Amino acid sequence: MRAFRSFEFTAGLILTGIMGLAVILSPLLFPGGGMGQDLVARLTPPLTSAEYPLGTDPLGRDILARVVVGGRISFFVGIVSALGAVVIGTVIGLFAGYYRGPWDMFLMRFADIQLALPFILLAMTVIAIIGPGLDRIIILMIVAQWVQYARLIRGSVLSLRQSEYVQAAKSYGLGDLRILFVHILPNAMGPLVILGTLNVANNILLESSLTFLGLGIDPLIPSWGGMLADGRNYIQTAPWVTIFPGLAIMMTVLGLNLLGDWLRDRLDPLGQTK
Amino acid sequence: MPVIGFIAKRGLQALFVLFVVTLFISFAIRLTGDPAVMMLRESANVSADDLARVREGLGLDRPFLVQYWDFVSGLFTGDLGNSFFRGPIAPIVTGALGATLLLAMTSLIVSLLISIPLGIYAARHRGSFGDQVIRVLSLAGLSFPNFWLGIMLILIFSVTLRWLPASGLTGPASLIMPAVTIGVILTATNLRIVRTTMLEVLSAQFIMVARAKGLSERSVIYKHALRNSSIALVTYLGLQFGTLMGGLVVVELVFNWPGMGTLAVEAISQRDYPILQTVISILAIMIVLVNLIVDLVYMALDPRIRLE
Repeated sequence: MRAFRSFEFTAGLILTGIMGLAVILSPLLFPGGGMGQDLVARLTPPLTSAEYPLGTDPLGRDILARVVVGGRISFFVGIVSALGAVVIGTVIGLFAGYYRGPWDMFLMRFADIQLALPFILLAMTVIAIIGPGLDRIIILMIVAQWVQYARLIRGSVLSLRQSEYVQAAKSYGLGDLRILFVHILPNAMGPLVILGTLNVANNILLESSLTFLGLGIDPLIPSWGGMLADGRNYIQTAPWVTIFPGLAIMMTVLGLNLLGDWLRDRLDPLGQTK
Repeated sequence: MPVIGFIAKRGLQALFVLFVVTLFISFAIRLTGDPAVMMLRESANVSADDLARVREGLGLDRPFLVQYWDFVSGLFTGDLGNSFFRGPIAPIVTGALGATLLLAMTSLIVSLLISIPLGIYAARHRGSFGDQVIRVLSLAGLSFPNFWLGIMLILIFSVTLRWLPASGLTGPASLIMPAVTIGVILTATNLRIVRTTMLEVLSAQFIMVARAKGLSERSVIYKHALRNSSIALVTYLGLQFGTLMGGLVVVELVFNWPGMGTLAVEAISQRDYPILQTVISILAIMIVLVNLIVDLVYMALDPRIRLE
């Protein structure tokens, strides 16, 4: 395949593939879910024990198991929130670009407001009120991010609706919905896929930041951000507790970013998603 | 006339955004519960009278819109009222804002000093080995949580080597690690922008003319190309300002930096909502203003924008 000649594609696929596969197979690899405690072996340094290749944390839990199991949360949050935002943003963007008028006004003002409230600040305010939780983080990310997709799609629709093939479809008497979803949407998908990939990566980072701040996932569930927050107190005595979850985030996010960059080179030569 | 119209339109939009954002913040914060109950939660034998007195003292017995008006006008007059636990808000927030801006500006300068020359190099040697390395490194710089980088720097330079202080704002040396942490992320994005815009500008006709005139390469790059590509860089920096502020919040916490982020996180954990409301509103106002200024500067630099 020609794609493998690209460094971005090959490296991105390998990184994302390793992390994704480990996470998918985690129920088989670590049936205990990284919760088991071996108090005798606590704070085992990495590479000193065959049983715990990446060492253990202050409660004697296997770091390797927790890193792999913790990836479930990150992938889940990243993918679900990006998909939710893509779907909502696409529908609103299609209508705003096609019908203009109030839809368009609403979208553009909402975009201004969203720009003024960075996600972390919005999340801090809202989570201070409703309390932390997996579902809330995902909903917040969707609320904060659908606008990007809507604006992107709106831009494409604005130019596509003038194009000859859309005019032709209209003159055949096709309904608006059919034109929007069957004829316009497929031609506006490229940038969406790119932005979506990059957003999965970004949302994994955001989730880990929020959980690190204590505003995200329940600390009892293994997650990368949670492990980093736990490990921070042991940075002097047991730095490996903090090093490995960070490396896991980096491998996953770098892999997704590389794939996103490769997609951008392939699908978006005009640079709409810059 | 179109210029005045454009300025007026953007100004009104900015005002509207600020109105919605501050209204949302003060409304949302009141949903969290009765501050009087929170303030007295540690005292024993609280009667309904005590609660009413505290509410009156905080001005919470007045209608919401009156309280909102008080808060918003306070943002302009500097009379921001009192924190639940720490006395007047204004001096606390001003101090934190200063620390945050110091950190933000230092990181920005560091990142521009690195990203502009490297970005120009990558654009001039497109496709070379050096360009590839720069591209991958800049992507890697965007691929880890910035607070993790902060922790790793502490591990290396404070815990292991004992060169730099691990936390607080105690002098110039304490600025180094937080600024590098934020600067790495900024450098990664800026590098990509400089590289792409330089590539575009370097293929423009006026660059060919400048070269044909016999100008030195240094003058072509730094006087003509860089000036034109800096328009895009400035716009992008404006758009990124919000993200920068969001990133600062977490990094400040890692380094125990006495800025707005640390203040906000403390306010959340103590449920000190007057502080939280002020901190978030001030950050939002700064972001809106920066974007407004960038828009206006952009319009001044590129007259075509007004026609849109």
